[in-house]
Amino acid sequence: MIEFDAVRKEYPDGTVAVERFSLAIPSHRVVALVGSSGSGKTTLLRMVNRMVDPTEGSVRIDDVDVRSMDRVRLRRSIGYVLQAGGLLPHRTVADNVATVPVLEGRGRRQARAEALGLLERVGLDTALADRYPAQLSGGQQQRVGVARALAADPNILLMDEPFGAVDPIVRDQLQQEMRALQADIGKTIVFVTHDIDEAFALGDEVVVLRTGAEVAQRGTPAEILANPADEFVASFVGAGTARRTLRIREVDGRDVVVDGDDRPTGVLER
Amino acid sequence: MNLFLEAVQWLLDPANWAGPNALGLRILEHIGFSAVVVLVAAAIGIPAGTLIGHTGRGRGAIIAITGGARALPTLGLLTIFGLWLGIGLEAPFLALLVLALPPVLAGAYAGVESVDRATVGAARAIGLTERQILMGVELPLAAPVIIGGLRSAALQVISTATLAAYISDTGLGRPIFSGLKTQQYDMMLGGSILVALLALLVELCFQLVQSAAARRAEPHRTQTPASERITA
Repeated sequence: MIEFDAVRKEYPDGTVAVERFSLAIPSHRVVALVGSSGSGKTTLLRMVNRMVDPTEGSVRIDDVDVRSMDRVRLRRSIGYVLQAGGLLPHRTVADNVATVPVLEGRGRRQARAEALGLLERVGLDTALADRYPAQLSGGQQQRVGVARALAADPNILLMDEPFGAVDPIVRDQLQQEMRALQADIGKTIVFVTHDIDEAFALGDEVVVLRTGAEVAQRGTPAEILANPADEFVASFVGAGTARRTLRIREVDGRDVVVDGDDRPTGVLER
Repeated sequence: MNLFLEAVQWLLDPANWAGPNALGLRILEHIGFSAVVVLVAAAIGIPAGTLIGHTGRGRGAIIAITGGARALPTLGLLTIFGLWLGIGLEAPFLALLVLALPPVLAGAYAGVESVDRATVGAARAIGLTERQILMGVELPLAAPVIIGGLRSAALQVISTATLAAYISDTGLGRPIFSGLKTQQYDMMLGGSILVALLALLVELCFQLVQSAAARRAEPHRTQTPASERITA
């Protein structure tokens, strides 16, 4: 369990990234923090692995204040996925994936074997193991980033707009794969995005943030869609737009779901 | 042209390559002295520049130092240091160090600073220590630029180290200065040619090292796919 307890982040120049934020994230769940830029969502994420220390309040992992832990140890125990993977350009894919295990003293040969297994796990051909990141497509780099985050078998995964840098088709595919992977590994995942659809696609729970990390609404995707808390959330999720207002039309004895513009989006199964 | 031929003749004269005044000895002195200056400049400039690039602190100072020091005339410095320290290698050593330090410092600083901050941030976020980031990420990625700084320092030092003879009778400046004094222009030009050749040679060596470093920093540019590689 990850708990944010009344955290605040104020930078020396007076900028307040996070006003006052509290949230408990249960284990084995995926929680999406969603908001536009300036909402402090990335700052919150980075508090978990102490890339940022809160000015006030505390972050606890399983009841232990992260501030009492060594930064490096803490970071190695948490998987971190960044936009475009954040891979080291001068190391091969396999070496990138094996970075933390090797630092933790795992033998090179074993680390490599495990890295190959992880590559398969995220849907990559092991023939890519000896390539360099720049030789891979954006989607492949992103997968390597996920494989690297899983390498030390962490309980927690932090994901910072991990699928933001790839095109929509690849993003859909990566999201589906991420769901399948999570069904299998059951990590505690904190996920930051500005894309509400991505939050709905991946989050068991979604936290919509206003400026300064003020919680506008927290709930399952269905709850938020059903009852947006206020105008802000409604406009953020696009409530009332053609895309979100679906109706049923009967065609040849079947129920076709259409959006507000009468565009079919699927078939209703009963 | 005539003078040039005389200079070549002088260079080829075996008498100039023998005895206590042998040119071979001058060359070794010149290389040795230049190497010491560049090594000391590297020992000071690389750690300092790297640290500034890594932390981002002291940027203003480095710009002032590298800009200002480059404007200092080495001959003037040599004279001042010579008056202060007297005859010997100390004065030319210091004067050349002032010449060599700015490019080394600037190279180390610019190299480390130019490493993508997102890459460094990612390395930190997955749990590399600051030392591991420096040694394993920033230095290898910055190496081509750092070596570029050393290269430019080495070239300047080799060509300017002739001034050492002005105050301490060392290196390839000796035939140049004595040629000038005694109006033996073949000797003077011969010495200059040797300095130029030496500089070219050093330039070539650095080029090789620099491209090797670039291959390590950007391996994908040059790497052959594993399938096409011949296995030994």
